[in-house]
Amino acid sequence: MIYQARSWITEWVEGLGAIALLAKETFASVFQMRVTWRDLLAQVYFMGVKSQPVVIITGAFIGMVFSAQTAIQFHKVKMDTATLAAVSVAMCTELGPVLTGLMVAGRVGAAIAAEIGTMRVTEQIDALRTLATHPVDYLVAPRLMAGLLALPLLTAEATFLGISAGFGVAVFLYGIDATYLWVNMLKHTADSDVAIGLIKAVAYGGLLALVGCYKGMTCGEGAEGVGKATTEAVVYSSIGILILDFFLTLPLDAFFNGV
Amino acid sequence: MIEVRNLQKSFGTQKILDGVNLRIETGESVVIIGRSGGGKSVLLKHIIGLTKPDAGEVLIDGENIELMNERELLRVRSKFGMLFQGAALFDSMTVAENIAFAFRHNKEMSQDKIDCEVAEALAVVELPGIQNKKPSELSGGMRKRVGLARAIVYRPQIVLYDEPTTGLDPIVSDSIDHLILRVRDRYKVTSVVVTHDMRSARRVGQRIVMLHEKKIYVAGTSEEIFNSRDPIVRQFIEGVSDPKELDF
Repeated sequence: MIYQARSWITEWVEGLGAIALLAKETFASVFQMRVTWRDLLAQVYFMGVKSQPVVIITGAFIGMVFSAQTAIQFHKVKMDTATLAAVSVAMCTELGPVLTGLMVAGRVGAAIAAEIGTMRVTEQIDALRTLATHPVDYLVAPRLMAGLLALPLLTAEATFLGISAGFGVAVFLYGIDATYLWVNMLKHTADSDVAIGLIKAVAYGGLLALVGCYKGMTCGEGAEGVGKATTEAVVYSSIGILILDFFLTLPLDAFFNGV
Repeated sequence: MIEVRNLQKSFGTQKILDGVNLRIETGESVVIIGRSGGGKSVLLKHIIGLTKPDAGEVLIDGENIELMNERELLRVRSKFGMLFQGAALFDSMTVAENIAFAFRHNKEMSQDKIDCEVAEALAVVELPGIQNKKPSELSGGMRKRVGLARAIVYRPQIVLYDEPTTGLDPIVSDSIDHLILRVRDRYKVTSVVVTHDMRSARRVGQRIVMLHEKKIYVAGTSEEIFNSRDPIVRQFIEGVSDPKELDF
């Protein structure tokens, strides 16, 4: 039992160390401009444009349901007009970045791990190396950069749609006055709330891209290896996003709001 | 020149190579034979630096590649072309994109020049006009030919072939052998072929090296090996199984 626990902890720490080394190599590749525009744009298109339906549906429906729940609760204490303010702050700081991160981790993280994992088991990564191309320059760095760029944009889109859809629900379903909703939202949503959400999104984008690439590059042999790597990429990046959310919230709030 | 000195490699507790020494001169055509799982492909991957040994060294034109990191190895690898067992074509790309991959960082080459090089490489492997096909649309033999075109398009000094005829019918295997010879003669490359296809080994090897029991067991000219009276060499060449090894 103790031996198993020790082995599990060792493996976990080794994995973290390996991801850190991969991140170091990847950032070096990015700063030394080894990524081609073509590779970067292809990944931004895949992560950003192709994730539109998922992000639009997630953002809109989470905004609607949160608005409905808030309107019901706030009505009990005669605070109906603060509904959109609550929706807005929650969408900007938490729901927008976290849910976008989780949805994109499910779609993109899995695809990255599966694609790179398949390349590994079919010797395509070895073929890259024989063609004098560093796998980090060609496979990891463009995906990391695309993650860092696409996630904040997708988060902004999800947040905007969530607030808009929440506004619609509050006004048309619960009959709350639109002007008061709007004014209260502007009054209680600070620039720092938007900034916190976007900074979190950048971190989540980097995390899910790195975890997906790492799991793909280190996947086991055969279809089973690729399947396991894909599952682990989604699970670890989703858990990572939730853990990172907590550890980012405290310092970001302290920095922006002094709390 | 390729020089392998006292190479040792294990995977887990299983020792694969145990003190392999090998020297391949420039322009030579060497075939490495040996039983499946005997470490032939592992040796080949050590030669191009895809695998790190536990001990020993590999020298390419006098440079010890074991002391190099991955980025330094890229420079040495540009001397190599490699045909993989399963061709390892990039399945998200067309045939032309696969072959032109090596030129992607060469900003001095125009697209017309790249297209010409791709067409010429495809002509060498006798597959003209398939530039726009995807690897999934090709047969096993065609994939290997495209893999060979990709390996030779940038005129490497050394070409490594990992079981080039495995899984192919005898006629396609024969054509691949002819291609290996054609590439050797046309581009004056050093060829290292890993195979357990004896017909292919006899045809393409100026020198044959047999890997057995984790070491180089015997090395000699094609004639010397095929006329050898050593029982282990004869058993392998004639493909006779040992009844004691049968374990169903």
